[in-house]
Amino acid sequence: MSSKPVSPLDLFAIDGLLSDEERAMRDLVRSYGARELRPHIADWFEAGDLPAREVARGLGRLGVLGMHLHGYGCAGTSALTYGLACMELEAVDSGLRSLVSVQGSLAMFAIWRYGSEEHKQAWLPRMAAGEAIGCFGLTEPDFGSNPAGMRTTAKRDGDSWVLNGTKMWITNGSVADVAVVWAGTADGIRGFVVPTDTPGFSAPVIKKKLSLRASVTSELVLQDVRLPADAMLPQAAGLAGPLGCLDEARFGIVFGALGAARDCLEAAIAYALDREVFDRPLAGFQLTQQKLADMALELGKGMLLALHLGRLKDAGQLDPRQVSLGKLNNVREALDIARECRTILAANGITLEYPVLRHANNLESVLTYEGTSEIHSLVIGRALTGLSAFV
Amino acid sequence: MKIVVCVKQVPDTEAEKRLLPDTLTVDRESSNPVLNEMDEFAIEEALKLTEAHGGEVVVLTMGPDGADAAVRKALSMGAHSGILLSDPALAGSDAVATSYAIAQALGTTEYDLVILGSEASDARTSLVPAMLAERLGLPQLTFASKVEIDGTSITVNRLTDYGHDVVQAQLPAVVSVVEKINEPRYPSFKGIMAAKKKPVAALDVAAAGIDAALVGQAAAATTVVDAAQRPPRSAGVKVTDEGDGGVKLAEFLSAQKFI
Ligand SMILES: Cc1cc2nc3c(=O)[nH]c(=O)nc-3n(C[C@H](O)[C@H](O)[C@H](O)COP(=O)(O)OP(=O)(O)OC[C@H]3O[C@@H](n4cnc5c(N)ncnc54)[C@H](O)[C@@H]3O)c2cc1C
Ligand SMILES: Cc1cc2nc3c(=O)[nH]c(=O)nc-3n(C[C@H](O)[C@H](O)[C@H](O)COP(=O)(O)OP(=O)(O)OC[C@H]3O[C@@H](n4cnc5c(N)ncnc54)[C@H](O)[C@@H]3O)c2cc1C
Repeated sequence: MSSKPVSPLDLFAIDGLLSDEERAMRDLVRSYGARELRPHIADWFEAGDLPAREVARGLGRLGVLGMHLHGYGCAGTSALTYGLACMELEAVDSGLRSLVSVQGSLAMFAIWRYGSEEHKQAWLPRMAAGEAIGCFGLTEPDFGSNPAGMRTTAKRDGDSWVLNGTKMWITNGSVADVAVVWAGTADGIRGFVVPTDTPGFSAPVIKKKLSLRASVTSELVLQDVRLPADAMLPQAAGLAGPLGCLDEARFGIVFGALGAARDCLEAAIAYALDREVFDRPLAGFQLTQQKLADMALELGKGMLLALHLGRLKDAGQLDPRQVSLGKLNNVREALDIARECRTILAANGITLEYPVLRHANNLESVLTYEGTSEIHSLVIGRALTGLSAFV
Repeated sequence: MKIVVCVKQVPDTEAEKRLLPDTLTVDRESSNPVLNEMDEFAIEEALKLTEAHGGEVVVLTMGPDGADAAVRKALSMGAHSGILLSDPALAGSDAVATSYAIAQALGTTEYDLVILGSEASDARTSLVPAMLAERLGLPQLTFASKVEIDGTSITVNRLTDYGHDVVQAQLPAVVSVVEKINEPRYPSFKGIMAAKKKPVAALDVAAAGIDAALVGQAAAATTVVDAAQRPPRSAGVKVTDEGDGGVKLAEFLSAQKFI
């Protein structure tokens, strides 16, 4: 007996939960990804180099960059649609989604939410169009999960701010036109809009990565970087500023990680149908089907969670702790799915001919950035018990 | 300048197409309906022309109610308004009837230029553009790989087996375009959102002034009497190289008239 295979998310009837417009936007990103990005992704990953400017311009034309922000040239879509776009981009590669997360949810969002009118006018329209690239400098070599300890400082000197310090693991750093840099001041942590051509600013690329190779990751070195008084983001005071941005980006990852998982699962199913072992299609063996069924369940459950969080966000009711639920679950399950799919493709699975190990390697970074899985567990644990186990 | 672009909704080109056994018409339920790919080139050309010369683009389709999606896609690319000609009486129309119906629908609007794709990917007759021009009594400039407008005169490169002809006419005219002509733009999110608010006029046969007796499957000038599945691909020929592989390959190719 054989019947027509149905794709995992169709089995969950996910499309029926989306409006026509949400589907149209998702389909646009999907077809753009399939035609313009996917053909190059293995090469970019292998070379460890992403033509970030070109990619940003293309995505800017579609309206992906800062798509859920309103005004200043941004498309102004729903948050849920932003999630769907992240999912389609990450189905191609987590590096592409990272570019978009950092541009839209970290750099643009920081300026849009906390910036002055001048900051917004100066940067947002160009960033939405992909003409200017942004990065977000929070993490330091010695302070990742605990950014409160940061050593980068901003000191007042007459009419200027002078920034000194080092930021580490900064996505888009070396290709950025503008960096949103968080630094300690006499009055707590504040954000600064730093044009990357300011004297004293440099951003060496971090090489020899085994993950997110199709993404630019850099160090930011700030040596007596002198900025005008109005370079500070007026509306962000304390750690709540950067954390507010991270919530935005994490929300996209809740969807994005599932894109990578879906791509792996689709590749594994196609491969298992095609590959014959012991004279029969691999897909017809019970052990394979058990794997596929378990993976489809986790993918579908993760998708339902993502859509639920998306609807909450659009209703203005999303609690940051709920974003932790989504990020922890969906990235963890996506990574498990990618690894399990790799077993189905076996030796072929370790090559760049197929997406599975590339996705698995990428997801290792995704598990760590935007709050490690441990930190999100602690957030959820604190929510459930009222007790903080961070320190 | 006002340009009408005629677009057709077709079954997904990627999907396997099949005929319904009882009516011998295309099974449109079993695959996603999409905008005929060639028509994206027609839309792009119209948008470029209006961007250069001013004016607006109206997109027109004849099809079931769901063909609205093809109109929205064109609107999200930048077309300004749409016309959806839909009526149960039109179902099963052949190329002759389709061209009649479109010509009548065009009578409800003004235009300087009508642009079509040169072929729909489902029925693939390439007849509609020429028939439409004939019905409208307008010059037909088909298989265009380049379009230029200067005042009221239009010049196209018409693709031929040997290269192209340069053809000139006075507006209004009917043009069909080939894929070579341009690179269709992607819609944008803003375009998708704006498309919702653009006007789409719904026409039925009465509103378009169509005589229902001249359209639909019953009125078709030809009928499909039978259809057969394409036979599955055969195994092919294996050439074993025993030192004379090259010769054997050449013999095979010449037997198949490839060389
Ligand atoms: C590819 C990539 C791109 C990145 N892009 C950016 C960017 O654009 N901008 C930016 O600012 N940062 C970026 N980061 C940095 C990222 O956010 C940090 O790596 C992350 O916050 C973790 O910090 P860390 O690596 O210093 O790990 P550490 O904080 O040193 O953590 C080490 C381990 O200890 C665990 N741990 C920490 N605290 C606790 C605790 N209280 N209880 C239990 N366990 C704990 C962690 O979960 C982890 O397992 C990027 C990272 C990567 C890999
Ligand atoms: C299975 C099958 C059964 C058929 N049965 C019959 C039959 O019984 N008798 C018969 O004579 N013919 C029949 N046809 C032919 C078919 O119905 C017509 O050819 C069709 O309506 C129009 O022609 P086309 O799709 O080949 O368009 P083409 O001429 O290839 O299309 C060229 C361009 O014309 C425009 N265009 C075409 N259709 C439309 C539309 N509906 N609205 C707006 N613009 C349009 C588009 O710009 C398109 O790119 C059948 C075809 C198939 C595949």
